[in-house]
Amino acid sequence: MKPITAIIFKDIVIEMRSKESVSSMLMFGVLVLAIFNFAFEPSSVDRSLIAPGILWVAFSFAAILGLNRALAMEMDNECLQGLLLAPLDRGDLYLGKVASNFTFIMIAELIVLPIFVIFNNLKFNFQFLEIAGIACLGTIAIAAIGSILSTISANTRMKEVMLPVLQIPLTVPVIIASVEATSMVLSGETKGISSWLYLLAGFSIVYLIVSYLVFEFVVEE
Amino acid sequence: MRSKILGILSLVLMIANLYMIFIFAPNESTMGVIQRIFYFHLPAGIFSYVSAYLLGLGSIMFLIKRDLKWDRFAAASGEMGVLCTSLSIMSGALWAKPVWGIWWTWDARLTLQFLLALIFLSYLMLRAYLPEREKRAALGGVFGVLAMIDVPFNYLSIRWWRTQHPQPVILGGGLDWDMWKVMIVSFLAFAALYSYLIGRRMAIARVEEEVEYLEHAILAHD
Repeated sequence: MKPITAIIFKDIVIEMRSKESVSSMLMFGVLVLAIFNFAFEPSSVDRSLIAPGILWVAFSFAAILGLNRALAMEMDNECLQGLLLAPLDRGDLYLGKVASNFTFIMIAELIVLPIFVIFNNLKFNFQFLEIAGIACLGTIAIAAIGSILSTISANTRMKEVMLPVLQIPLTVPVIIASVEATSMVLSGETKGISSWLYLLAGFSIVYLIVSYLVFEFVVEE
Repeated sequence: MRSKILGILSLVLMIANLYMIFIFAPNESTMGVIQRIFYFHLPAGIFSYVSAYLLGLGSIMFLIKRDLKWDRFAAASGEMGVLCTSLSIMSGALWAKPVWGIWWTWDARLTLQFLLALIFLSYLMLRAYLPEREKRAALGGVFGVLAMIDVPFNYLSIRWWRTQHPQPVILGGGLDWDMWKVMIVSFLAFAALYSYLIGRRMAIARVEEEVEYLEHAILAHD
């Protein structure tokens, strides 16, 4: 456990000083909410139908931005080399990265979420907490797969472009499940929501285990 | 030698298959002639899933054995995956236009096929942007494993997503026995062609690697 907490602590300290990752994700998330407002004329469509989709477009693209930033930070000044020289298991390094990526994406999402509620005239009630819970599950899945894919893409010639190309096709199940679960909560018909939550949890667990096992192949020299 | 036999076998099977599809097979009662696209469409669709699992198998075997032969196998499967998914999507669109009146709909099967094509393409793109041979094999291998695991999740999520919005069933009821015969020959022909192409692609990849090695050797010598 100790190496994992050390990596999280290191990343949090860096983030507290630079505030680059969370602020860029936050800005991007709010921009997406605003752009969609122009794309759909406010009165022409039923808000509750498109709101979950808008929210998850904002979340998943903002997450890609944050994941790219996190890896770019490690690539500057060969920081990743230093991490690899440290006496820790490659799998632990992966889990540490997942935890810190999850933390930053989650912080940005928890700030975007109330703005989303205000923009769409929703209520701050129990629903809000439920959506936050779904966001938490979805973000674990995105962080689990995004942490390994961003390390893969960092090795390519077109780092920033490669991550979305790799990540979006693989996270389609996460996006579908999160959007469906969110729209169920918003419409109040939560019958059958558990299968979506199980899917999210299963996706996260499977990818955490597999990535833990194969991460050493990604960072080997 | 083996590839020659496979090549001749697929040629013979494909000619027999064409005869069966266009002359032997009975006309379908409601769709008519258009239904014959189905004999190309279904094998292509099934073999795109086969490609996904061969890609995963090649990737896992490479990560365990560290033999570049398996990486070439995975890469060839990835390329065959692009071929099969695009064949099935295009033949499906040609079939859907006269029968459904539309080229495309976000039905579960179509969405899955489209996503599968995207996954294969992103795998090939990743390889194209990794110049170093060893790195390309290792990172491609890791992505191949992750992509293979994603296929059942995609399948589940899209199925659940679409069953909530029911769609007309594409193929209700049983297939005529004569149609089954054509279908079986179609599968055999497709399988033979598929294995032939994979074998050829792997051979080409090996030659490419040798050329690359020789180029390096010559440059080093100068």
